[in-house]
Amino acid sequence: MKHNLYMYIFVMAAVTYLIRMLPLTLIQKEIKNTFIKSFLYYVPYVTLAVMTFPAILTATANIWSAAIGFAIALILAWNRKSLICVSLFSCAGVFLVELLTGL
Amino acid sequence: MSRNRKMDFAAGIQDGIPICLGYIAVSFTFGIMAKNAGLSTWEAVLISLTNLTSAGQFAGLSLITASASYFEMAFTQLIINLRYSLMSCALSQKIDNHYPSFHRFLIAYGITDEVFGVSVSRPGRITPWYSYGVMALAAPGWTLGTFLGVVSGSILPDRIVSALSVALYGMFIAIIIPPARDNRIIRTIVVISMAASFFFTKASVLCQISSGFRIIILTILIAGIAAYFFPVKEDANPEDKEDSSVEA
Repeated sequence: MKHNLYMYIFVMAAVTYLIRMLPLTLIQKEIKNTFIKSFLYYVPYVTLAVMTFPAILTATANIWSAAIGFAIALILAWNRKSLICVSLFSCAGVFLVELLTGL
Repeated sequence: MSRNRKMDFAAGIQDGIPICLGYIAVSFTFGIMAKNAGLSTWEAVLISLTNLTSAGQFAGLSLITASASYFEMAFTQLIINLRYSLMSCALSQKIDNHYPSFHRFLIAYGITDEVFGVSVSRPGRITPWYSYGVMALAAPGWTLGTFLGVVSGSILPDRIVSALSVALYGMFIAIIIPPARDNRIIRTIVVISMAASFFFTKASVLCQISSGFRIIILTILIAGIAAYFFPVKEDANPEDKEDSSVEA
């Protein structure tokens, strides 16, 4: 049987939305349990760190430009620069390295 | 009140700028792949607009090409996107609950890795208007990038796409590093998380695990261990004081 493209898109969108929507709407009260509170407090740091490294090293055209972009981001973030500043200078670093090395 | 709404919305827009740029670069690639898979511009854009997720869409595209069953499609999306429910749990405590709950149904649409990232980095509770501000740039950025990718794979030069590809990672770093500098426990968690993630992509058996599951496994493991040994007590631990904003 041939599948319908719109049905595929509907299934994808519905599942993805439910995954996002259910916890957000089912847990509305403030959680009092210290362990769960602490767990949720640490979740973003682990999640974002795991997503960033080592994926950032393979995001660009070559590992050297990526490494420079990574280093720039770390240094600027350590010095508390803003989100946009860290993000754009990191991109600029990658761009310059690739431009200069011709890769 | 309406002035606060405007300010929250504007703050969301501001945090949405790097997300928008990064999304254009990533969804641009999705657009090119959708075109190669034989989808029309409208169909590709519809997928991006309704799904607003990267890994899930790429996987979905290959399943469409392979003419997989709807069940297979649903199951794959569930596995790949399950990490959003973890983020959603964390955000459930972050959203100001003085607002009617219908807002939560709207905010849920926009929970991506990046929107989650900027939301948790805001001090104190976030209002729906902040989320709408971020989404107002994130969703169009994601959709526009897809559109550009389909209509012409050559509007954006390779160098620009390559450079913009680190935008989202740069943003994540900007979110986790300042608290890591202030708090020894968070610093340790960040280093361990990156090291473990690296190990999982290199070790022989572990590297078979998909990135979605790697995120879930490591998050539950590392955040769980940290929560057990270093429970966060409100106003008790002076070292956590500076970061209590993230949790409050």
